[in-house]
Amino acid sequence: MSTSTDNRSQVEAQSREVLGPKVVEFIEQCHADPEPAGKLIAVLHEVQAEFGYLAPDHLDAVAQLLRVPAAKVAGVASFYHFFRLTPRGRHMINLCLGTACYVKGADQIAHRLQDELGITFGETTPDGMFTLEGTRCLGTCGLAPVMMVDADVHAQVTPDQVPGILEQYLREDKPDRQ
Amino acid sequence: MPDFEPVLTANVDKEDAHRLTVYEAGGGYGTLRRVVGQMSPGDVVQQVQASQLRGRGGAGFPTGLKWSFLPKDHPGPIYLCVNADESEPGTFCNRVLMEADPHQVLEGIILSAYATRASTAYIYLRYEYPLSLQRLQAAIGEAREAGYLGKNILGTDYSLEVRIHRGAAAYVCGEETGLIESIEGRRAWPRIKPPFPAVEGLFRKPTVVNNVETLACVVHILDRGVAWFKSIGVPPEPDNPRDAGSFGPKMFGLSGHVNRPGCYEAPLGISCGELIDRFGEGVWKDRRAKAVVPGGLSTGLLSERELDTPMDFAGPIRAGCLGLGTGCAVVLDETYPILDFLHNSCRFFAHESCGQCTPCREGTAWALRLCQRIRAGRGRLVDLDLLAEIGDTIGVMPGTTICGLADGAAWPIKTALAKFRDELEESIRQTNPQGYARTEPVEALNTP
Ligand SMILES: Cc1cc2nc3c(=O)[nH]c(=O)nc-3n(C[C@H](O)[C@H](O)[C@H](O)COP(=O)(O)O)c2cc1C
Ligand code: SF4
Ligand code: FES
Repeated sequence: MSTSTDNRSQVEAQSREVLGPKVVEFIEQCHADPEPAGKLIAVLHEVQAEFGYLAPDHLDAVAQLLRVPAAKVAGVASFYHFFRLTPRGRHMINLCLGTACYVKGADQIAHRLQDELGITFGETTPDGMFTLEGTRCLGTCGLAPVMMVDADVHAQVTPDQVPGILEQYLREDKPDRQ
Repeated sequence: MPDFEPVLTANVDKEDAHRLTVYEAGGGYGTLRRVVGQMSPGDVVQQVQASQLRGRGGAGFPTGLKWSFLPKDHPGPIYLCVNADESEPGTFCNRVLMEADPHQVLEGIILSAYATRASTAYIYLRYEYPLSLQRLQAAIGEAREAGYLGKNILGTDYSLEVRIHRGAAAYVCGEETGLIESIEGRRAWPRIKPPFPAVEGLFRKPTVVNNVETLACVVHILDRGVAWFKSIGVPPEPDNPRDAGSFGPKMFGLSGHVNRPGCYEAPLGISCGELIDRFGEGVWKDRRAKAVVPGGLSTGLLSERELDTPMDFAGPIRAGCLGLGTGCAVVLDETYPILDFLHNSCRFFAHESCGQCTPCREGTAWALRLCQRIRAGRGRLVDLDLLAEIGDTIGVMPGTTICGLADGAAWPIKTALAKFRDELEESIRQTNPQGYARTEPVEALNTP
C-alpha cells in the first residue's frame, strides 16, 4: 500500500478533463514562454472562448495546470471587465456607454433595449437568447452611437431600429444551442 | 497652415495600405535601413531628444528624455512596451494607425527599440480591437520574413522580438505601470513610483512605455530630420519654464455633435474651433457648441467661449483643463445637458477605479451617487459644493492617489462646476423646487 499523499497526477488529470484538449494544449505551449505566469490573461481568454464564461472549476483547473495560485487566478478573472463569471446568453449585446455615444443618445437606446428584452444590464433573457451589457468606449466614436451584437458593429443606431436589429438575430437562429 | 503635409496618415487611404509591398513602395522601412547599424542607439536617442517630441498618449512627457533615464550599460534585457490600450473615452486614432498602416507602427517600434537597446517589445493591445490584432500579426509576419524583425535585423547584430499581449477590458491598463502589471499576468493595479519603469519596470527590468502614435512620430523625425519636425507646431511659451513646447504633427479625433466625425492630422496648435469647422464641418443640425471635451474625457470641458484654445500641450491647460490629453475631441451641442455629461463621466470613473486608493475609490463612487441623486430629482444646491470638494481633493495632484485616474475623474467635475455651475444649479432648482433634502437611501453603486 502506498503511503504517499502526493495526488498531483490525479489533480492534473482532473484539471485536463475540465478544460478539454484545446485549452490544455494552449497552456502547455505557455510553459515554453520565459514567463508562463504572464500568460494567465491569454489562457483565460481561451477558456472563455471555449466555454462562454469562466466557471469556478475552470479557474481552479487553470491554477493547477498553469501553476499559478488559485487566488491570483480568481483575482484576475474578477478584475477585468471582459471576463464573465456567469453563463451568458446565445448573443451578447454590448451597448457603448462612452462619452461620444452617450451624448448622441446611447441612453435612449439603453431604455429601448431594456423595454424590448425585459431585462436590465448584466442580465440574460429567460429564453437564453440575449445577454445585455454596457461597455466603455469601443474606439469607434466616429460611428456613435454604437451597439455591438456578438462581433457585429451596429453604427448610428436609433431607438426605433432596436426591435429590427434584435429580430435579425432571432430569425438567424434555429435552436441548436451549445 | 496652407502647406502642411500629413505624414502619419499619408498611407491611411491607400488601397491595401496594411501590406508590406504598399508600405515599402511609399518608402517604408527606408528609415530603418538608414538607421539600424548606421547610427548608434545613443545618436538616435539624441535626435529624438533634440526634436522635443512629447508623448502622444496623454501625459505629454518628452520622449527622448524618458529614454535617457534608462540605465547605461545595463546587461539587459530591456523592454519596450507599446501602449495600444487606447481606452480614454472618445479616443480612436491609434486604432486608425494600427488597422490602416500597421507597418508604420512597426517601423516606429523597431527604431525605438533599437534606440533604447530593447530586446523584446510588447504591444499591449486592448481587447476590443480584433482587426488591429489581425493587421499587426500579419505585419509582424511580413516584417520578419523581410528581415526587418527577428534575429540579426538587416544583417546587423541587433535582434528584436515583438509580442502582442491582449488586454481584457479595464481602463486602468492604459496607465503605464498598470499596463506592466497586466503584461505580467496580474490585475492592472498601478504601482507606486518611484521606482519608475525606466529603472524597474516589466519583470523588474528597465522598461520604456510609449504610445503608438509617439512611436510612429519617431519614424518621421529620423526620416525628415529634427528641423522639419520643429518647423511644425508651437514653440515653448517664453515665460513658462515648465512648457517644453508642442512640436510636430498630431492626429486629432472628432466625435459627438459634429457633422463629420473622424480622425484628422494637423499641426499641434490648431485651434479647437478650427478643428471642428474645417475638419468636422461644424456642429450638427446648424446648432452651436455648448462645450467641447478637448482630448478625451479626463481632460474636462472647454466652454463655447474657449473654442479658440490652441490644441497644443499648453493650450487646454490655460483654459482650465487637464491638458491636451489624447487630442480627441467630443463636441456637445447647445441643447445637451451638462448634468447628463457629468453623470456619464462619474459613472465611468467609478466603474474603472481600481480601488487601491481610498480617495479615488470612494471619491468616484460618491461623485456618481451625487449625480444620481440630482438626476433623480432629489438634488440640493450644496451637493454641488460636495462635488467640488471631491474634485479638488482626489488625484495625484493633491497627492492622494497612486495614479492619474483620479485626476482624470476630477477634471470633468471641476470644469463642469467652474464653467457651467449656473446650468447645474438651474437643473437642481427645476427638479427639486423645494430644495430640501429627503434622506431616502441612495441607490447602491450600480454597474454599468
Ligand atoms: C488612467 C490612465 C489611463 C491611461 N490610458 C492610456 C492609454 O490608453 N493609452 C496611452 O497611450 N496612454 C495612456 N495613459 C498614459 C500612460 O500612463 C503613459 O503616460 C503613456 O503611455 C506614455 O506614452 P507616451 O509618452 O508615448 O505618451 C493613461 C494614463 C492614466 C493615468
Ligand atoms: S488612483 Fe484610482 S485607479 Fe489609480 S491606483 Fe489609485 S485607486 Fe487605482
Ligand atoms: S464613445 Fe462609443 S465608441 Fe467611443
